[in-house]
Amino acid sequence: MNSVARRLEHSPLHQLALARFREFTREKEAIFWTFVFPILMAVGLGIAFRNKGPDKVYIGLVDSPQATPLATALAAEGDVVVRRVPAAEANAALRRGDVALVILPAGGKAGGVAYRYDPTRPESRVAQMAANEALSRASGRPPAGPARVEKVTQRGSRYIDFLIPGLLGMNLLGTGLWGIGFALVRMRTGKLLKRFLATPMRKSEFLLSFILARLAFLAVEVTVLLLFARFAFDVVVNGSIVALFAVAVLGALTFGGLGLLVASRARTQEGVMGLMNVVSLPMWILSGVFFSADRFPAVIQPLIRALPLTAVVDALRGIMIDGASLAALALPLGIALAWCLASFTAALAMFRWR
Amino acid sequence: MSETASTMTRPPGRPAEVSLDAAVSCRGLMKRYDELLAVNGVDLEVSRGECFGLLGPNGAGKTTTVEILEGLLERDAGEVRVLGMSWEHDERKLRERLGVQLQETYLAEKLTVEETIRLFRSFFHEGKEVEQVLQAVQLQEKRSTWVGKLSGGQKQRLSVACALVGDPDLLFLDEPTTGLDPQSRRSLWELVERYRAGGGTVLLTTHYMEEAERLCDRVGIMDQGKIIALGTPAELIASLDAEHIVEFSLAEGVEPPDSEALLALEGVTRVSHGGGSTQLTVTEPHVAVPALLAELERRGVALAGLSTHYATLEDVFVARTGRHLRDE
Repeated sequence: MNSVARRLEHSPLHQLALARFREFTREKEAIFWTFVFPILMAVGLGIAFRNKGPDKVYIGLVDSPQATPLATALAAEGDVVVRRVPAAEANAALRRGDVALVILPAGGKAGGVAYRYDPTRPESRVAQMAANEALSRASGRPPAGPARVEKVTQRGSRYIDFLIPGLLGMNLLGTGLWGIGFALVRMRTGKLLKRFLATPMRKSEFLLSFILARLAFLAVEVTVLLLFARFAFDVVVNGSIVALFAVAVLGALTFGGLGLLVASRARTQEGVMGLMNVVSLPMWILSGVFFSADRFPAVIQPLIRALPLTAVVDALRGIMIDGASLAALALPLGIALAWCLASFTAALAMFRWR
Repeated sequence: MSETASTMTRPPGRPAEVSLDAAVSCRGLMKRYDELLAVNGVDLEVSRGECFGLLGPNGAGKTTTVEILEGLLERDAGEVRVLGMSWEHDERKLRERLGVQLQETYLAEKLTVEETIRLFRSFFHEGKEVEQVLQAVQLQEKRSTWVGKLSGGQKQRLSVACALVGDPDLLFLDEPTTGLDPQSRRSLWELVERYRAGGGTVLLTTHYMEEAERLCDRVGIMDQGKIIALGTPAELIASLDAEHIVEFSLAEGVEPPDSEALLALEGVTRVSHGGGSTQLTVTEPHVAVPALLAELERRGVALAGLSTHYATLEDVFVARTGRHLRDE
């Protein structure tokens, strides 16, 4: 055995962190909730809210001798589907929603058409505009409106781009609370904390080992989710990867501190589970994990902004979507840091070892 | 009871001081939990190299006493010295030299035996090799087994292994064999005897009299927060003034003869009732038993059970308290 290995074997911090790491990796449920569950969430929500292509416009064309050239002109417009309908059935097709607009070719040399539609239906107005454009072009007149239209669907503006940083933040919260809080309370109820206390083990090293093991898993859980999002949904990190990991570390420490705090007095596993729900449920809803927190009333916005999960998710989105620098995220990072320091200080002051 | 009372009271003139030479020494230990006075003035002295046992029923205050001595519980009053040191000044130094096994510790279920011992080893500056300890507790073959998959006896040996890994001068064992089958119990006893053979001091608690009689040089019998008898097992048994116990029970609902009538029988020196039966301490069972049977016959009551045995520590406890060690 070389000297490094020997030193590690006798280092309590190393052995404690190793024990945490082993216990975690040998717990199938923990692996599922930490690594698999966020991916399932991303898959489910990513599919439900995926961006579809532009909708087709359905136009009914009443049969008549002039109908054929009109049909050709309309079909030249990209998103238009033309349905030829007998005059008697035109109104029924409109009513059923089979078509959004009915075009009645007018008789006579002048050509010209009449439109029939329901103005309260948005798709009818879209269909009318599409028909106007097609018919103008066919008649050789320049279409009214802008000279050029740019159609854009940018990466970063899709729902999945919004969702992934939210899930990342939520996962940091969950693993911090469970990985640290639940494990500590289990050790307390099993009198293992007391047993450790009967040895020369240093309390500081014991608590530090939880943080170290947590950070080791953090690297894995963030990487797994980011890689999955990249290859399954083409979600990219617009900002710096280093900055993203720095925010993730701060988030993990903050939520680890909260985990330590909820576990600092609890004597039973039921007790700590209740506290964890009290901490995490409001933040899942309020902190903008699944939809923007801006939707909540202005009155409670300051409260929402002050929540640690809001701060961490905002900072993650800032980096992933807007490519923001850490300096630009000073406010949310400051809020997270304040939570981190406050929860560790409070937890250590009131921690119950027995 | 005067014989044991004399071992309890200090000789006049001797100051109430804790000893610095003893492995464990305490004076006037008190601990109160709300209304309950769990430890009520305990004095103890455990010499180096000795195996001392605190024997008593559940709730007697054994664990509270031991946890105060282990520095895990604050005391309300009293003086404590362990290996000549005090918890207030020498905690870290003391921890390095003590081995502590608590009642019912749930070690991490998903670590292996070897990983668990290695973890505890890392807490101590000096200590035994993991391999040595594995061998001492005979768990070499289970080294790669998860703790959660061990039997009760194996778990308990592992718990003792975690206490031995720092090569302690003093080993605390709190009810080490409670709930174990006889074979596991014997294997743990052998483990304690091997540790003692190496010069170690042991302070253990138990509510098994066989355990105290087999392992302990001296025993303190504890009840309701006090030590009610103290001495070697032989001394304590001798304090009954007789070596034999005659125990009898009558049909349910039938009152046994009162103590005075029984004491009047030839050879009976003490009478106690408890656990649904009556115990007579007798010098000669071949004299006392016929006298008892004649007395019962005269009263017209039938026996439901009768047995005689050599006096044990259990009988000492029953004689002092009128209760059994394990009143279920």
